[in-house]
Parts: sequence; C-alpha cells; structure tokens
Amino acid sequence: MVCESWKAKLDTYLDGELPEQEMRTFDAHVRGCPSCSADALTRVQMKRAIQVAGKRFVPTTDFRRRIELSITPKPQRSFRLGWMLASATAVILVVGATTSTYMGNRSGRDQASRDHVYSEIADLHVTTLASSSPVDVISTDRHTVKPWFQGKIPFAFNLPELQNSEFSLLGGRMTYLDQTPGAHLIYDVRKHHISVFVFQERSLSARLDETSLSPKQLPFNMETWTQGGLRYFVIGDASAADIDSLAKLFKAAS
Amino acid sequence: MPSAAFEQLAMPHFERLYNFACWLTQDRQEAEDLVQETYVKALKGFPSFQPDTNFRAWIYKILRNTFLTSRTGLKATATVPLDLEGEEEILPAVKETPESILLQRSDGQLVQQALEQLPVAYREVLLLCEVEEMSYQEIAVTLAIPMGTVMSRLSRARKALRNGLRPQFKKG
Repeated sequence: MVCESWKAKLDTYLDGELPEQEMRTFDAHVRGCPSCSADALTRVQMKRAIQVAGKRFVPTTDFRRRIELSITPKPQRSFRLGWMLASATAVILVVGATTSTYMGNRSGRDQASRDHVYSEIADLHVTTLASSSPVDVISTDRHTVKPWFQGKIPFAFNLPELQNSEFSLLGGRMTYLDQTPGAHLIYDVRKHHISVFVFQERSLSARLDETSLSPKQLPFNMETWTQGGLRYFVIGDASAADIDSLAKLFKAAS
Repeated sequence: MPSAAFEQLAMPHFERLYNFACWLTQDRQEAEDLVQETYVKALKGFPSFQPDTNFRAWIYKILRNTFLTSRTGLKATATVPLDLEGEEEILPAVKETPESILLQRSDGQLVQQALEQLPVAYREVLLLCEVEEMSYQEIAVTLAIPMGTVMSRLSRARKALRNGLRPQFKKG
C-alpha cells in the first residue's frame, strides 16, 4: 500500500513526537490522503477513549489528608518542647563532633549521604526478613539463583562457591536502592541470616568508602566494597568475622 | 525548608499518582499503601533530587519501582514477555474497525475492561502516554528504558488493546 510508510509513523505523529520538519510534511500528507486521515481519526478517537477511561480512580479526602499530614513540616513546638529539642540537639552535636573526628576529614554531607545509604540497606535487610516470603527465587543452588536475575537487573555478577564453608544460600530477590535496581541475596550461617546486596556503583548517588567499617549506628555488622563497577553490601546480625568471611568469598568469586 | 518545597512539588501529582497506582495494583487499598510508601520514600530521597530535572518522572519512577518490588508487582511482571514478541500481527484491512464502532458507541466501560486485561507493562506505558500525557522522553525516564523501547512497547500496547476490544465487538 502506498501509505504504508506513513501509517507506520502515524501514532508517533499523533503523539506529537516526530521532528518538527517531519510533522509539517506529515500534516500536509494527512490533509490530502483520505486513507491516512480516516486512520488518524480512528486513532485520535482511541487516544481520547483511553484518556477518558484512564481517569477513573479518585482518592478520598481522608486519604489526601493522611498523605498531607505525613509530608507536611511539623508545626512550631511549645517552649518546653523547644528546650528539650535544644538539649537533644546539643547532645547530637557532641556525638556528631566525636563521630566526625572518628571518621576523619570527610564532609558532613558525604557522611549524611553514606548514613542514608547504610540505613536504607539495614531497612531493606530487616523488612525483607520480616516478610512472610523473603525470597522470590528459593534455591540453595547458585546456578539457579544467578540466572533468575537475568533480564531483571541491568548487570551480571558472580555468586561464590559455598562448599567447605558454613554458609548456605537461601535465595534471592530483586531490590531497589536510590531508585536503582539491584540483587538481594540471603544467606544462612548458624541460624543467622545475612543479606548480600549488589548494585551498579555508578548508579548510586552516595560516595561510599572502598572498604567500610561496620557503621557504629547500625545494630548489624556490615561490610561494603566496590569491585568491577559493582557495589557490594554484606549485612546481618551474624558476627563481624562471619560477615567478613562471606565478603571474602564474594570478593574471590568476582 | 526542604519538606515545604517537597510538598509544593509533590502534592499537585497526588490524584494522578493515586489513579496510576490503582491501575497498577487493581486494588484501592493496595494503591493507597503504594502511594503512601511513594510519598514517604520520595520525601526521604528528596535531598538527592536534582532540581533541574523532571520531578514528575522522578516521583512516578519511585511509585513504579515500589510497585515492582511489591508482591503484586512481582506477580504481575513475572509472566509477561516485554519486548520479546515477534512481528506484530497484520490485521485485515476493514473499513469499520472494531474500535471505531465501539468508540462511536462511547462505551467507556469496555475500554476500561480492555485496559484492565492488558499486561501491566502495556497498561502502564499507555496510561503514561495517554492519561498522563508524558513525552516519550519522560516515559523513558519513568520506566528506565530507552526511547526506542518506549515507542515499540507503546505500539504493541495499542495493538494489544485493539485486539482486546475485538471480543467485545463480537459480543456487541
């Protein structure tokens, strides 16, 4: 059919996404071609119908209020509460000063950003384990778990061989950190669960240490490092030695 | 104050986000949980938002990623072939297409049903394009896919919707 090449681009034209010059050429063609203009009319009707049908669900005012409350800045507090806050702030400042000495000369902003990532990782670890089905691929076999991630995350990584170690693989799931997709693996060692997270280093906004100490503010032991463009986190309530052993297995496998 | 700035940017999208969440989850309670979690995550991550970038695409992306990691999201996307389909079916040329007749009848309910039946990957791309009126570029950012994939997925989604309307046409 003569108009086949035009029709192939008809949707893009109606979405207003063709380059300006091509839009003008298309306008001229559609005006003069009964077949294309009829087709365009049907597609416009379809677009309108989807638009109308798609605007379907309206939130309740109660739900709106709940959302507003959850994000609205808190109102000014009373004088007494203000004092308590001031005291708390003073304590935080002292602790903060000590922490910053401990952490060296890194800027407060970098530190806050790292803490944010660490607490997100801890949250991911805890909420996953609290879930009734923490893993989406249940397998102790790394040859089953690794391929499961193909097509779900934009990178590949290696899982360590666990023979002759005390660790066993429970399974894995997809996860997100900073809106970046990654892999979440769960291991078991003497009834302790350990999470291993793998993300693309360049996708993470925070600048993290090469090999980090376990952050003092977390109730877990954690190690993090970067290798081959990937950022690894190993976290759990197992001993620091166990966390380190699992981290070493991953480093050797990568 | 950052949370005041966040509120100013985020609340205008509230109703649309809720509508989109309902279409994704197909359950109002789940949609409320999804929107709530999206706002909490977005507020928490707001310091990392680049002011010169697109806030709407940013917050929709958060909502969608949150959905994808939810039980319903994983279930909905686990069985869907996204861009692996072969050549599209060539439909016979007819003067009056099923959709044109249906649309003339202005039966919005049938279109809603057909949208509900679509795989989530097709439903979301159609809604972002037609209801949210996002540009291909915004959709690409929201769905974290290349522009070319946006175009091919949209084309398949439209075809799938038309095919979904055909049985309705026969019934009618």
